[in-house]
Amino acid sequence: MKSEIKIAGFGGQGVLSMGKILAYSGLMENKEITWMPAYGPEQRGGTANVTVILSDDPISSPILNTYDMVVALNQQSLDKFESKVKPGGILIYDSYGIHKRPTRTDIKVYCINAMEATLEIGNNKAFNMIVLGAMLALTPIVTIDSVLKALKKTLPERHHHLIPMNEAALRKGMSLIK
Amino acid sequence: MEEVRLMKGNEALAHAAIRYGCDGYFGYPITPQSEVMETLMEEMPWETTGMVVLQAESEVAAINMVYAGAACGKTVFTSSSSPGVSLMQEGVSYIAAGELPALIINVMRGGPGLGTIQPSQADYFQATKGGGHGDYHLITLAPSSVQEMCDFVGLGWDLAFKYRTPAILLADGVVGQMMEKVVLPPFRPRLTDEEIKKLRPWAVTGKSGGRKRNVLTTLELDPEIMEKHNERYQATYRLIEENEVRYEAFNTDDCDYLMVAFGSIARICHKTVEIAAEHGVKIGIIRPITLWPFPKKIIAEVGSRVKGVMVVEINAGQMIEDVRLAINNPSVPIVHFGRLGGIVPTPDEILDAFNASFPNK
Repeated sequence: MKSEIKIAGFGGQGVLSMGKILAYSGLMENKEITWMPAYGPEQRGGTANVTVILSDDPISSPILNTYDMVVALNQQSLDKFESKVKPGGILIYDSYGIHKRPTRTDIKVYCINAMEATLEIGNNKAFNMIVLGAMLALTPIVTIDSVLKALKKTLPERHHHLIPMNEAALRKGMSLIK
Repeated sequence: MEEVRLMKGNEALAHAAIRYGCDGYFGYPITPQSEVMETLMEEMPWETTGMVVLQAESEVAAINMVYAGAACGKTVFTSSSSPGVSLMQEGVSYIAAGELPALIINVMRGGPGLGTIQPSQADYFQATKGGGHGDYHLITLAPSSVQEMCDFVGLGWDLAFKYRTPAILLADGVVGQMMEKVVLPPFRPRLTDEEIKKLRPWAVTGKSGGRKRNVLTTLELDPEIMEKHNERYQATYRLIEENEVRYEAFNTDDCDYLMVAFGSIARICHKTVEIAAEHGVKIGIIRPITLWPFPKKIIAEVGSRVKGVMVVEINAGQMIEDVRLAINNPSVPIVHFGRLGGIVPTPDEILDAFNASFPNK
């Protein structure tokens, strides 16, 4: 199995780190992985995006034409990447600040309100984990267990007390997909 | 069991250097390779192996520190990106003339000038044809994965010490910035001063009883002697050309067309070739791993039995000159495709260019 994913949004939304957690979760499942960021000034305020590929087989190109799943967290990202979803693929977008909705009918489109969900769980830092939860509810790219293992492995021990909060955010995100 | 890690190419090469038993790193930060020094600073090898990690005041200073460290028989390296590597070229020429083993890393970005910070391969000419002045070559290795970013550090130093000549790892922003799985090499201790004296008798280690003074200079006012030095350099280069050519050939046994690409873009070409195969078009790929010495023979052999060759580079057409020289056959159409200034083409763009170049398949 192979998942080709694009995550895009504002710098500071945790786009790159969400991709990293997904990549590390793939590592826990012994998958082949590439994580390719759009790096540089884009990280610092403008738009940020990352391509994550998880595969059971060796991965050739880290740069792709189209994606199985696109996660767009602002209008620019939605405009830029809606056309890059493979037919039959998945587009998830966050409704906050969106005035022009996606129009394609040959893909599955899901609108979530992760911003509102952060308020419900009382933690605005968990935004990206909520989005990741929604992604995992739609397609089992990796298991929640692998995500938790990845967090445990990548977070310094002094931050391990944050793992339950992250798990709650993941589950909240999963509940957004009905 | 060996541990599989997930890291960026830049991080992997920093770890690989520490584990090789590196004595010193001298550099100056520049995107897209700043993670090299950042990783070294985080790892603090001066606490464990005694390796020096020093941020110099400029790239010019950094390469001259490498020159001095190498002259003392130490295992040293520097890293930079295109504009910074341009600044280093005088020092690189001196290191080559001094017949000193050293490793230089260039994680290329879009140029010319200060350019962009996005990936590019436009320093091919600089790395393989000189860059600095005089008749010299650098052993030029082009990694296309994070594992190769790691492995080619050791390979680069092994070759540099074997032939007493500098080597360059010519990477680009894609392999520097992307994360992949990597298995790091085992730790090797740094050589002791006694071991350096024994294994590298040419090094300037302080004159001790019994041996002649080692003098390292690149100045020689007598042209007769300077010619002799040059002949010796050239003899080394011929030896390297005979023994150290490396490449990866994919699908070349029964292909109708050939793509030649190095570094990250070769990976993108693999995707293009997969898509083309679905339409019944058979394309082989040769990925030169050593850009100098260039894999002329295999490219000539495969290139002369296909209907066409496309050289794909993230530049305006540099390696294509070596491909043309290697094939040396005007009846084989050899075309180029590249994007410039820091733009990396997608697999579809390459396929479109291929189809436009070879419409009658």
